[in-house]
Amino acid sequence: MITGEQKPLEEIKGFLGDDRNVLVVGCGTCVTVCFAGGEKEAQILASSLRMSTKLGGDPKEVSDVTVQRQCEWEYLDVIEKEVQEADIIVSLACGIGVQAMAKHFPEKWVVPGLNTNFLGLPEEQGLWTEQCQACGDCVLALTGGICPIARCAKQLLNGPCGGSENGLCEVKRVKKDGGIPVMETDARGRKRPVMEDVECAWHLIHERLSSLDKLDLLMEVQPPKDWSTSRDGGPRRIVREDLLLLDEG
Amino acid sequence: MTDQAATNGFKSGSNLETVLRAGHFAVTGELGPPQNADGEHIREKAGFLRGFVDAVNITDNQTAVVRMSSIGAAIIAIQEGLEPVMQMTCRDRNRLAMQADFLGAYALGIRNMLALTGDHQSFGNHPTAKNVHDVDSLQLLTMLRDLRDEKKFDCGDLIKECEPRFFVGAAAAPEAGPTEWRPYRLAKKVSAGADFIQTQLVYNVDAFKRYMEEVRKLGLHEKVYILVGVGPLKGPGMAKYMRDFVPGISMPDHIIDRMTKAATGIPKEEKKARRDAWRAEGIQVCIELMQEVREIEGVAGVHVMAIEWEEAVESIVEGAGMLPRPVVE
Repeated sequence: MITGEQKPLEEIKGFLGDDRNVLVVGCGTCVTVCFAGGEKEAQILASSLRMSTKLGGDPKEVSDVTVQRQCEWEYLDVIEKEVQEADIIVSLACGIGVQAMAKHFPEKWVVPGLNTNFLGLPEEQGLWTEQCQACGDCVLALTGGICPIARCAKQLLNGPCGGSENGLCEVKRVKKDGGIPVMETDARGRKRPVMEDVECAWHLIHERLSSLDKLDLLMEVQPPKDWSTSRDGGPRRIVREDLLLLDEG
Repeated sequence: MTDQAATNGFKSGSNLETVLRAGHFAVTGELGPPQNADGEHIREKAGFLRGFVDAVNITDNQTAVVRMSSIGAAIIAIQEGLEPVMQMTCRDRNRLAMQADFLGAYALGIRNMLALTGDHQSFGNHPTAKNVHDVDSLQLLTMLRDLRDEKKFDCGDLIKECEPRFFVGAAAAPEAGPTEWRPYRLAKKVSAGADFIQTQLVYNVDAFKRYMEEVRKLGLHEKVYILVGVGPLKGPGMAKYMRDFVPGISMPDHIIDRMTKAATGIPKEEKKARRDAWRAEGIQVCIELMQEVREIEGVAGVHVMAIEWEEAVESIVEGAGMLPRPVVE
């Protein structure tokens, strides 16, 4: 699934400028499941924007609506009226939904209300982890179903670098809670972000292939990856001639 | 024209290759370029190394901190009479930039190239940078080998004349995880094209001996020259830091104890005396490590990393009985 986290309220407020009528549009799919941009979050954001702009002396009219999926035209048609009445749209969908809104309502100014983070797995309640980079040339058959493109900080294809120890990567991650870095004060009284451990993907791959007696898969030197199927080749698209609707005229 | 004939059957004809091929126990050093454009800095450091090592590694934005380029600093090293081992990481360049720099480096007289993954940018002074990792260190080794032996660019295009002929090096981290995989990783690096290996700093000789046992079982010591990484400790603090914070380094307690005891009896306020005592012990530990690893079958040399302490190299190499350095025609 696509995961996201809501942007800070101040940043979203900064997008509004002089526009008075604000419509917050939630999305009922991925970002609902990750509690970032569904109906509930859209209602809360709308209410927060109402209160905050009122307190700031420049009250806005903020309403909200949530569609099944912001990335499908038919669901956007349903909210045509609400969109036309607004001066600005705050989309709480992923980047795809924001762009779909902007394309579907070309005369409207659409801004993002969340940051789209990654293609991830909801591992447990309240925890999502990145699993896939959509590189367009899947290597999982070589690596036992653990992706080094998405899960190794250096996207290595031939095994762990020297920074792997006790199953952990030397590259730590800034600990966040609800998208906000958790801070601590060090011995000298300076504020700094709390860092947390990250598993070494190649350690996991090694363990898994070892347990399945398939370590020989790792012995072959993998050639440089063809990145042209990834973002590096420019924006990608999929065309299925067999599914295209023919123009009957 | 090709330089193959001019190298008399050597892969590159570099001094390091020649010394190793002649069967000498090699000594390489390390020189970190400055965080500025001052060439004099390199010349000064070169003076501490000239005559005491067979070649010197020129680091490539080490620890992901911007420094003078390894290619630029390597040229200054050559001007100062030092043979460089130019380091190239996969962090900062894609396959186009790498190959372009290989052509340039060769044209300027550089003959040894070390292929590295590179420290992650989050450790350095530009943590918000995008990293490249278009190829990894093994793919880089193959690229260097094929440029030389197949006269081919990575894309397969032929180099019509004057291919870059480097003596190709790789790193090894025997104590990094998963340790049981490390000898096999070395095997992969050898089959990818490594001619010589420089290891991460070794302090735990027993652990390194176990690694070498596996390496010998795989027959790798007969296919690649293995230079063991050693370095002088500046004090017990540095030893503890390496134990606690540097992945891939195993620091035995007896070395920490030795470093701690070195300043025993010297009052805390006599800072310089304590510092000197620690440093002298650090050099002595390094010398003993060099002598110990020299006895391990399959070890072809040592790589002395005196980080920001180049002036210690002469006494270390001399103390280990490895001077004068061989001159091979």
